[in-house]
This record gives sequence, structure tokens and C-alpha cells, in this order.
Amino acid sequence: MTLTVNDLRVHYRTLRGEVRALDGVGFDLADGEILGLAGESGCGKTTLGKSLIRLDGRMRHAGGTVTLDGEELPLSDDRAMNAYRFHRISLVPQYSMSALNPTRRIGRMIRELLASRGVSVDTGELHRRLALVGLEPGVLERYPIELSGGMKQRTVMVISTLLDPSVLIADEVTSALDVSNQQAVVGALRGLRDKGLVTSMIFVTHDLGLTSHIADSIMVMYAGKLAEKAPTKVLTTEPRHPYTRMLIGSLPQVGARYKDKPLSGIEGSPPSLLNPPAGCRFRDRCPLADSRCAEEPPVVEVAPRHSVACWKAA
Amino acid sequence: MSTLPDPAPETAAAPAAPSAPAAKPGSEWLHYAVRNPKLIIGAALVVILLALGIAGPMLLDNDNPNEYVGPQAAAPDGTYWMGTTTFGQDVYAQFVHGLRSTFLVGVVGGAIAAVIAMVVGFLAGYRGGLVDEVLNMLTNIVLVLPALAVLLIINAYMGVRSVAVQGLFIGLTSWPWAARAIRAQTFSLRTREFVDLARLSGSGTWRIVFREIAPNMSSYLFMMFILLFGGSILIASSLDFIGLGPTEGVSLGLMLQSAQQWSALQLGMWWWFIPPGAGITAIVGALYVANVGLDEVFNPKLRES
Amino acid sequence: MRRYFARKLLVYALTFVAAVTVNWMIPRFMPGDPVAAMVARARVSQPEAAEAMRSYYNDLFGFDEPLWQQYLHFWGALLQGDFGISIFVFPTPVGDVLLDALPYTLGLMIPSVLLSWFAGNWIGALSARRKVLDNTVLPAGYLLTAMPYMWIAVILAWAFGANAGWFPISGGYSLDITPGWSAAFALDALHHWVLPFLSLFLVALGGWAIGMRNMIIYELESDYSSYLSALGAPQRLIRRYAFRNAVLPQVTGLALQLGVLVAGALVTEIVFAYPGLGSLILASIQNQDFFLLQGAFLFIVIGVLIANFLIDIVYVVVDPRTRTGMAGGTS
Repeated sequence: MTLTVNDLRVHYRTLRGEVRALDGVGFDLADGEILGLAGESGCGKTTLGKSLIRLDGRMRHAGGTVTLDGEELPLSDDRAMNAYRFHRISLVPQYSMSALNPTRRIGRMIRELLASRGVSVDTGELHRRLALVGLEPGVLERYPIELSGGMKQRTVMVISTLLDPSVLIADEVTSALDVSNQQAVVGALRGLRDKGLVTSMIFVTHDLGLTSHIADSIMVMYAGKLAEKAPTKVLTTEPRHPYTRMLIGSLPQVGARYKDKPLSGIEGSPPSLLNPPAGCRFRDRCPLADSRCAEEPPVVEVAPRHSVACWKAA
Repeated sequence: MSTLPDPAPETAAAPAAPSAPAAKPGSEWLHYAVRNPKLIIGAALVVILLALGIAGPMLLDNDNPNEYVGPQAAAPDGTYWMGTTTFGQDVYAQFVHGLRSTFLVGVVGGAIAAVIAMVVGFLAGYRGGLVDEVLNMLTNIVLVLPALAVLLIINAYMGVRSVAVQGLFIGLTSWPWAARAIRAQTFSLRTREFVDLARLSGSGTWRIVFREIAPNMSSYLFMMFILLFGGSILIASSLDFIGLGPTEGVSLGLMLQSAQQWSALQLGMWWWFIPPGAGITAIVGALYVANVGLDEVFNPKLRES
Repeated sequence: MRRYFARKLLVYALTFVAAVTVNWMIPRFMPGDPVAAMVARARVSQPEAAEAMRSYYNDLFGFDEPLWQQYLHFWGALLQGDFGISIFVFPTPVGDVLLDALPYTLGLMIPSVLLSWFAGNWIGALSARRKVLDNTVLPAGYLLTAMPYMWIAVILAWAFGANAGWFPISGGYSLDITPGWSAAFALDALHHWVLPFLSLFLVALGGWAIGMRNMIIYELESDYSSYLSALGAPQRLIRRYAFRNAVLPQVTGLALQLGVLVAGALVTEIVFAYPGLGSLILASIQNQDFFLLQGAFLFIVIGVLIANFLIDIVYVVVDPRTRTGMAGGTS
């Protein structure tokens, strides 16, 4: 097992109190697995992605553990985490378009970054990696401003995976791209895993449709907690959690006309995580909710590698 | 050299301090505003000096601050709180009258510069193309021309000078940096959806500018006005000091000029040259600090730190 | 990059034309008979001087000629280096008077501008790192930058000159030493230079420090800084990048501030009766010597344009993106 997350809690400090963005999430990431992490804005998926690599100023590790290749990650210790960053766990950020220093040629920046981390990479290897994502070596001589958005995205992907990390977190990497670029990026990511350059991957997204093309399993989060986790095929065809069902049902279908099948959304909005309500957090928007749901449902494995947090699904 | 979030303020490169304007409801601003020490202290100081400038002259016995009323070159005492000048003029009376003209030139200069900057900036930023090119050229020219030098030439030829006219010319020469900043912000707002919507519904340029773009930048515009206000005061005081100030009345800069001309320094008459400079420093400094506080109020990202 | 410089030079050329035009226009459009008024206001006592002025003015303005010819005349004289004859120090040509004063102004401005910029940036960068330093630098910076140049000059003169007696407060050199290339003169000139230099330096320093501090903080919070941190890069590398990037707007800022810095130098010279352009301008105003004033104006404009151009060159060197032709530049 590459990554084991156990009851992870990460809170945000704000002027109005602590927001419990991640409130007890646990899951496993197997070797070679690509896990899609899906959910609406504010569900905690980005917090999860971020906390695995670097807590920013306002985040606080409030409980739980994360184990990588058998070692427990010192999440709250910024210094100690440095040993793991880039080497063992790496990130392709949401802001990849602006992640490169605008006044440095790309090749030079990579060299300086590697030197500062005490490693070096053979130039041939670097060129090979660039070719893998469809970039030519000439990119290294350019400034970021000379590259298109898609090229910058791919460059960042190459840089982030240069040291063959065990876990790569891809945080909303396709959100700012058009469809053909999205396919290219997704394909490149899959290629990285297939070639063994990256052992496992967590693909954070709000685009459920795209995720099903790349992920082996999908984990749906809601309001800081896990709603359902299952192999992709199972989740998309036989979802058990009402929220997952409504999510999939709300996906637009090619060919379907509004007259025949109007788009359905999920009414309402997620609860505030400053003071989350007791019981199941989806209760207020769930068509199946009853009195039982006043008590928070535990995560139950209803089938091999299929976990659901819902009284109705177990 | 004080900083405006983002684009350069009259002073520094910083006017270049970047920070995007946040569109938040007014009540939330107020909540943060009253809890921001920089804003409170800065604004309080400005208001106190303004009150002094408005009420001070009215509480004096004499209407003319330049009249010779007391003993010559007397140090501060019970009757003359700030002492007297070489000619026996009441420094305190001059000070409070001076505050008035200083505030007046700040408002006039700042307002005129702000209006020109908005017209040029909005037009260039929204229209783009040839209009932008031409306005850019104009902005660059006025920007490069050293303002004080131009003001020297203009004012030297005018026989009679007033505070309002001084403010007018200052406004005419100090708008370029603000116009550039407004143009940059307008560029980024122009591509937003609500502007497209307004354009599609047939609204004209100025309607869109005033109804869609400007309100989203209101906090930014306000902070810019404050910097223009402060800058105007500084330029005016330099003009006054060189001898091209208003021909009637008194201003803080004129007080410094008199003090300089009549060797207050050599004669050790500190009460003549310290208060006017201190007054200018206090107003401008308070404005800058309040501006930083305002930036924190308007920009949520800065608040949590 | 050629386009970049071409645009800049165009702006400077147009600015110069604008300045000369303003110079020419203002006296022409004052009400009444400008020549008689000027001659009268100049209070020149010698009749030959008055007569020379009158004929010079008439020649200059060429009132019997059409406007555009007068304008061209003005340009013609200018391009031959003829700035007119000073009334105040009649009959010395204005150009000569100004050239005598120029070294003093440059000697004051160049060191203070450069040193305050470098020192200010350095202090600003440091204070962005250490909270303790930040808490002193920020208020001090705001205080300094809010002070009018002439006031801090007066305060320094009063504190260290009149009261402590450590420095002279008047003139560029002592009256008993003849200007020349001697050590004694150099030392004496230096002695007179310290206080005016210091007052220019301190005010500008405050502004640069604040600006740099804010720019560094902005860069440290940028996306590329976050990315490097996520990849475990040491603070050392991130700070180096942040500093490099923060310097760019400071270079632009220097160009923007030139007008303010010149104004500061002028008033500081007046306080210290320092024999530079500032004192000349004061004298020209007090004596209604418009030729001298106009000449000084043009000198200042030319100087500012040259300085702007030099800064443009520096910017191209410092910002590598300008060389790719895709971005950057001071406008």
C-alpha cells in the first residue's frame, strides 16, 4: 500500500473560528493506483490534496495520520516534511499556469531547483521526460511567457515528477483547459503512471466525467467527509450513496435533449464547516433521509474495495 | 513612494503594489474598518487637523493671520502658543489658516487629478486599440515631464495666484500614474462576464464604465484619491517654498518659505519652521497610513495576516 | 527590443517638443504687452540692459512675424544652444550660468538617488523577512516619506548645523577657499555636501524601503513561490527569486519618481543656499529673470529625459523578458 490515510483532520483558522475542512477522512491508495478525488467546492478535496504535501499558513493538522510507504508523514512539521517533498510526494498545482518563475528560463530554473535540493538529473533523462508529454527540448531555453497554457501545464508536470515520487497529487489540473488539452493532460498523467515514473496518483477534480477516464477508483467527498469510494466502473454504474447517485445523474449526456431529459441538479448547498451539524451532513439535501440519519453513518465496506458512509447503502 | 496595492502610487514603484479590488457589501467593510488600527489612527489624525483648520481660524480674534500683532521673534508662551515671526505675526494663527489652504489645495488638486485619471484610464482601458495608443502616448508625455518644473514655469508668469488655481494646475500635472493604474484594472475587468452582458444589452461606453466597471473598483479609486490628495499637498508646499505660492493668504508651505527667507534657522526660531513642516508631515503621513489600513479592509487576503 | 526603444525615444522626443512649446507659449499668451511688462518687472536699472532686453525680447518674440515663424525662431535659437541672456547676471548667457550650477546639482542628486535606491531596497527586503525589523522600518519609512524635502533639510541644518555646529549650513564651499582641483577645496566641498545629501537620501530611502518590502511580500506569496515551497525548495532559493522579481518594479518606480526627486533637490538646495540649479531658480524667480527660469526648466527636462532613457536601458538588462520582445518595459 503506497498511502494510508487514517481519520485525517485538517482545520482552517479564520477570524470567525476554525473551519473543519477535513473532518476525519480515511482511505488507502494502492501501488500503481490512480484515485480520483471528486466532490463539489468546499468538500475538502483540495484541502486533502494540499495537506498531504504542505500545510499553508492557516491550516492546522488537527488529528489523524498519513502513512507513506510505511513511514508516517510529519504533516505539521514543515521542516521535516521537506525530506519527503518532491522526492516521495509531489504536486502538480491548480495554478500551474503561473507556477513558473517569470524571469527565469525554464531550464535554468529546473537546474537551480534541483541543485537547491541536492540532486541532479541527467540532461538526456530530462529531454526524454519532456518528449513523453509532447514537449521539445527547446522549451528549456524559453521563458514561461513564451509558452502556451497547455505547454506550461505539461512543463510543470514534468518538473513535479522528475524525481519519480511515490505519490503525485494532481490538483484540478484540467480545470483551466479546453477539452482537447484536457485529454492530452489526462493521457500524459496516465502515461507517467504506466511507465512507473510515478507510483500512485491522486487526481483531484470536480469534473466527474473526466475522472472516469483516468481513475482506477473514485472517492467522492462531501462536507469534509468521505461519502463513497469504489472502483470507477462500480461507482459510475452502481453508486450506493444518494449524493453520488445525484451527482452522476446530474451529468449532462451527449445526445440527450433537454425536452426529454431535463438536467437535474442537487438543490441546496453544503453545510457550513465552521460548526457542522450533527449526524449525516448530506441530510438536508438527501431525498432518502429519515430519522436514522440524525446519527452520523460510519464508513462501511459494503463490497470489496467499495466503501460507503450511508445508512441506506449498508 | 507610498504604495498602492499594485500599480504605482504617486510615490513609489509601489504605486505598484498589486492587489485586486474585492467586491464586498458595504456593511462588511464597516465591520473591518472600525477594527483596523492603522485606518482609525490615520483617519483620526487627519480629521483632527481638518477640524483645527476649519474651526481654528474662526476662534481667533483676528481675521488676518499675516498681520503684525505681537512682539517680534518671540518664543512660544501663554498668549502665542507657537510664538511669533520676525515681524511679530502669530505663528499659531498662520498655522491654522495654513491648514485650511493646505487641505483646500489637496482636495482641488487631488480631485482634478482623479477625474482626469479616471477619464483617461477608463477610456484607454475599456476601448483599447487606437484610443488606447493615443492616450498612452499622452500619459507617457505628461508622466515624463517633471511636474514641479512645469508648475514653476506656469506659476512664474502669473501675477496673481490663488490656492484654487494652484490646485488646478497641480491636478493637471499629477494624474498620469493614476491613469495608468486605472487603465490596468479596467483591462482586467473588461473581460468579465457582466461587462459582456452589459455590452450585449446595448449600453454605451460611459454607461458601462460608470455602472459596471467603476463600482467594482470603487475601493481602489478611493485609495487612489487619497494618494493624489497627499501628493498634491506635497507638491503645493514645494511650490510655495520656492516662492510661487498663493499671492494672498497663507499656507504651510508659505510659512516655511518665510521662515527660510528671514533666516529663522540661523536665528534659532524653531517655532517658526517646525510646526508647518510637522503639519504637512502629519497630514500626509496619516493619509498614507490610513491608506494602508484601507487596503487591509478592502482586501480580505491581507486581513488574516 | 528595437520597438521598445523606438517607442521610448518617440515619447521623449514628443515630451521635449511639448516642453519647449510650453516654454514658448506661456509668456506669449499672458495678457497685455508681455515685453514691456517683463522689462518693467525685471527692475533692471541700467538703461542699456533694459534696451538690450527689449530688443532681444522683440527679436525673440518677433511680434511682427506670423506665429509659426516665431515658434520656429525659438527652436532655431534653442538648437544653437542659445538659451538667452540672463537678466539677473547680465550679460552672461543663460547657458553658461546654468552649466556652472549643474555640477553641484548633479553632485547632490546622483549619489543620493542611487544610494537611497540601493539602500532602501536592501532594507525593504530585509524587513520583509524579519518581523522585528519590519515593525520599525515600516513606521519610520512612512514618516520619512511623508516629510517635505525642505522641512527635513531645515531640521537637519538646525540640529547638526546651527546647534551642533558639525556642518556648515550655507553654500557649496567656504568663502575663503577658491574653487579648484585641490584637496582642501574637495574636503571643504564635501563638508558642505553632507547635510543636503543626507536630507535627500533619508526621504527617498523611506519610500524605497516601503515599496521594496511590499513587493517582496507580494512575490513571496506568488504562485511560483508556493510551487517551489511545495517542492521543498529552501527559503534561500525562493527569496532569491522573489528579490530578483521585486527589483523590476522598483526600477520602473525610479523612473516614475524622477520628477519628485528633482523637486526635492531643488528645495533642498534653497534651504542650504547650495549653488546648484535650485538656488538659481530661486534667484530667477525673485529677480523675475525669465530667461534663466526657462533655461533652467529646459535643463531639468533634458536631464530627466536622459535619466529616463538610462533607466530604460537598465530595465532591459535586468528584465530578461524584454529581450524576447514579449513583455516588460517601463511603460
